[in-house]
Amino acid sequence: MSVNMTKGQAISLEKQGGGSLTQVRMGLGWQAAPRRGLFGSRTREIDLDASAVLFAEKQPVDVVFFRHLVSDDGSVRHTGDNLVGGVGQGGDDEAILVDLQRVPVHIDQIVFTVNSFTGQTFQEVQNAFCRLVDETNGQELARYTLDGGGQYTAQIMAKVHRAGSGWQMTALGNPANGRTFQDLMPSILPHL
Amino acid sequence: MTAELVRGQNHPLPDTRLELRISAGHPVVAGAALGDERGLVAGAEWIVRPGAPARSGIEVPSSAAAEHRVAVDLAELPDTVHRVSLLLALPPGTGGPARFGTAAAPFVSVGTPAGDEVATYTITGLDRESALVALELYRRQGAWKVRAVGQGYEGGLAALLADLGAPAPADLAAAVLDAAAPAAAVPAQVPARADSGPVPVPAPASYPLPAPEATPAQGPAPDPIQGPDAIPAPGPIPAPGPIQGPDAIPAPGADPVAGPDTRPVTGPDTRPVTGPDTVASPDTVAGPGVPVPGPAAVSAFDSAPDPASASADGGDAGATISYSHPRRRPVVPPAAPASGPAAGAGAVPPPPSGPPSGSPSGPPAGAAPGARDGEAEARPVPVAGDASGWTMDERLYNQVWGMFEDLARTVAAFRSAREFAEHRLDREIDQVLADPRARIGGAGDAARAAARAHHDELVGRAQEVLDRDLAQLTAEAEVVEPALPPAYARWDNPVWHAYRAPAEPPMAVRLGDLHLPERTGLRIPFLVRLPLERGLWVDSGRGRAVAAGLLDEAETRRLALDSAVAHTARLLAAHPAGSLSVHVLDAAGAGAAAFAPLTDSGVLAAPPARGAAGVAAVLAQLTERVDLLQMAMRGDAAEDLPPGFDPARQLLVVHDFPHGFDDRAVTWLRYLADEGPSVGVHLLMVADRADAAAYGPVLDPLWRSLLRLTPVADDHLADPWVGHAWTYEPPVVPAGSAVLGRVLAQVREARR
Repeated sequence: MSVNMTKGQAISLEKQGGGSLTQVRMGLGWQAAPRRGLFGSRTREIDLDASAVLFAEKQPVDVVFFRHLVSDDGSVRHTGDNLVGGVGQGGDDEAILVDLQRVPVHIDQIVFTVNSFTGQTFQEVQNAFCRLVDETNGQELARYTLDGGGQYTAQIMAKVHRAGSGWQMTALGNPANGRTFQDLMPSILPHL
Repeated sequence: MTAELVRGQNHPLPDTRLELRISAGHPVVAGAALGDERGLVAGAEWIVRPGAPARSGIEVPSSAAAEHRVAVDLAELPDTVHRVSLLLALPPGTGGPARFGTAAAPFVSVGTPAGDEVATYTITGLDRESALVALELYRRQGAWKVRAVGQGYEGGLAALLADLGAPAPADLAAAVLDAAAPAAAVPAQVPARADSGPVPVPAPASYPLPAPEATPAQGPAPDPIQGPDAIPAPGPIPAPGPIQGPDAIPAPGADPVAGPDTRPVTGPDTRPVTGPDTVASPDTVAGPGVPVPGPAAVSAFDSAPDPASASADGGDAGATISYSHPRRRPVVPPAAPASGPAAGAGAVPPPPSGPPSGSPSGPPAGAAPGARDGEAEARPVPVAGDASGWTMDERLYNQVWGMFEDLARTVAAFRSAREFAEHRLDREIDQVLADPRARIGGAGDAARAAARAHHDELVGRAQEVLDRDLAQLTAEAEVVEPALPPAYARWDNPVWHAYRAPAEPPMAVRLGDLHLPERTGLRIPFLVRLPLERGLWVDSGRGRAVAAGLLDEAETRRLALDSAVAHTARLLAAHPAGSLSVHVLDAAGAGAAAFAPLTDSGVLAAPPARGAAGVAAVLAQLTERVDLLQMAMRGDAAEDLPPGFDPARQLLVVHDFPHGFDDRAVTWLRYLADEGPSVGVHLLMVADRADAAAYGPVLDPLWRSLLRLTPVADDHLADPWVGHAWTYEPPVVPAGSAVLGRVLAQVREARR
């Protein structure tokens, strides 16, 4: 059963059976929205990028994005840049895999962000979503729809943080503006 | 298609009529044990051995020999037989080797009587053992399979038989070896009997008897033998009598059989120990209240004093895929992950999701009954060849690189955590110092102590994770290292003793070992793909290595030359016969002594080239070859090469550069280094960069294009993921070992 999350809602990544999650995937999927206008059938390609920033006590230590696909410790992996989206028709276009057991001990938060690299705002994106999947069995744990489609080019999607001995996920869903994750740093910091 | 098994691997059998061929290169005694589900034999008559060489369905040779054929018809065996273990032992006193470690690795093949091989297994990694269980045929859901076991016994045949639950193992072992020995000394059987008449004749008669007779007296006898090997309760054996004891154990063990066959398949995250309980409990009468039925039943009748070992037994019995003997548990609990090696693995390789990814904390279920409830997952047991690939060669290659990457990343995680902790400590101490109030009184000290504790706590946690991952990788390395084929193996690996020229080149060769300072004992084989993409350069200069600083120049040069010869020998051995020709340039003849293994064995294409003229001639010849091949490749006209053109790869070993090189020769050499690898002309330089300093920066591109290796341990290699500085250790041929010469002789032999 998948949970549709709303802004600021936190879910715990504990399994129902008691064991904690070992591997999760943050998936991002989108399609370019058809533009209204004279040549309405022409859709322009939109490149959204998923990034994950690893924090240790509110300091960024590592980042996984399309130019650095694997964190130095190997715990966070990006499956590769997708420049156009929409390949899966509802599947993930970009995904970031997190091996929670392997995350170094000092990392206590991982923030996932989405940026529009080509500069279109989310108004021009359709069916954009971000979801969290238990990679060991393919079960969807949470889904966040990029609704609203406002005049912004980035969104801080969610954070996964340590809670007790396990991990918790909090949906953030905060709009922001920026081309890559660097531009988002000021907007991320308040959420840590 | 023949499957080459590695330890713990299993393979289905197509037919019940089989022929097991054993070749050892020295006389061995072969026997077979017909065991129940847990591999235990019910009595001496269930061990087919010289002296009692035939039973319904199986016949073994009645004497020791270097080659054996054992005929088996599994369909003829009684239904109570679930496991047929093939035993090999070294006969003492025949002048042959006293332990398997000094002998050629025994080779066993399983085939049909028609001669088609189904599976083969070379038993490597043996040392002081003088008896071993080579492989076993076992029933699995009505079908028979073969599993490579390779479990050796330092205590010899007696310890092996004791482990199988045979009564009076010491006597039985002596009788077996006696029965086999005379014929081993003299091949013809009849004269043998005449010669040493008194010995063999009583022997066959004696051992059916001692078993039942000696029971009361011999009851305690197995225990001293077992003592060091096994913790398990000696209870079942002495108390109800040896015959009954082993019989009684299978009964509860039999219950889980229905369950466990499928259980391991479900993966490591089901609770392997609690699983069998629920399945088996309806059948158990003995102790419904006790969680594990196996031990419950055992303790019911002998009141076993040690529930821990008993339940360890039970857990093992539940997972019938254990190839290690159920009563042979390691004494030290931490060894459990390593010792199970692969227990599970044999039948069902755990999902290769990357070793650390699935590595949870906690001991494997079954080893610690108390921890069972909290453990949802057992640590996956490492298995050699547990990676993707079409061939075992490729799987091992990928596994080694997977271990390399995992080690790099695990250590990166540890280092980043430690670094972070140190930064934080600095910051916190700075804050303390910046506060004037903290400078007097105890507050400052307390804050400092708190900061340090903060730091230590984080580093401690990081260390814990590191230790966990390194333990996993070490266990994996212990399984992988003995399973490596010659091209990947260290020179001290026994697999070299069984070296034969390969039919096709392997994916890679091992150029040495790599390790990190965090765990110097954990060595990763440094495998480099074939054909070599870059030339190799063994740096005979002093460099900046600490170890090199302790050696004088001549010693470093000698070591460099030795390791270059070892690399060359390995490259030759890795290539099929005649598909690599080696040229040596040794202008001044300074390396003649070191090159002796190559020159003496006659594996070189020509004697080492001497003098400027010799150097120029070889370089010109190879340059012409590169030109020709490049033209042929560009023009897509491979068939237009001159008739008789040698298609072999070429390896040019350059010693003493730049002595004997004129400007033209240097240009040729650079050309070969740049253009050669793409057309199979490779370079191995043994040189000190300082010697060629006169050429100035002209040669810098040459040095940069070569893969630099050192003759002594040096941390100059960076991995492609994180960029740690790895300490490279050159391959060392064990002192006094003749392995290099033997391998080169084999290479030479194969070319004929």
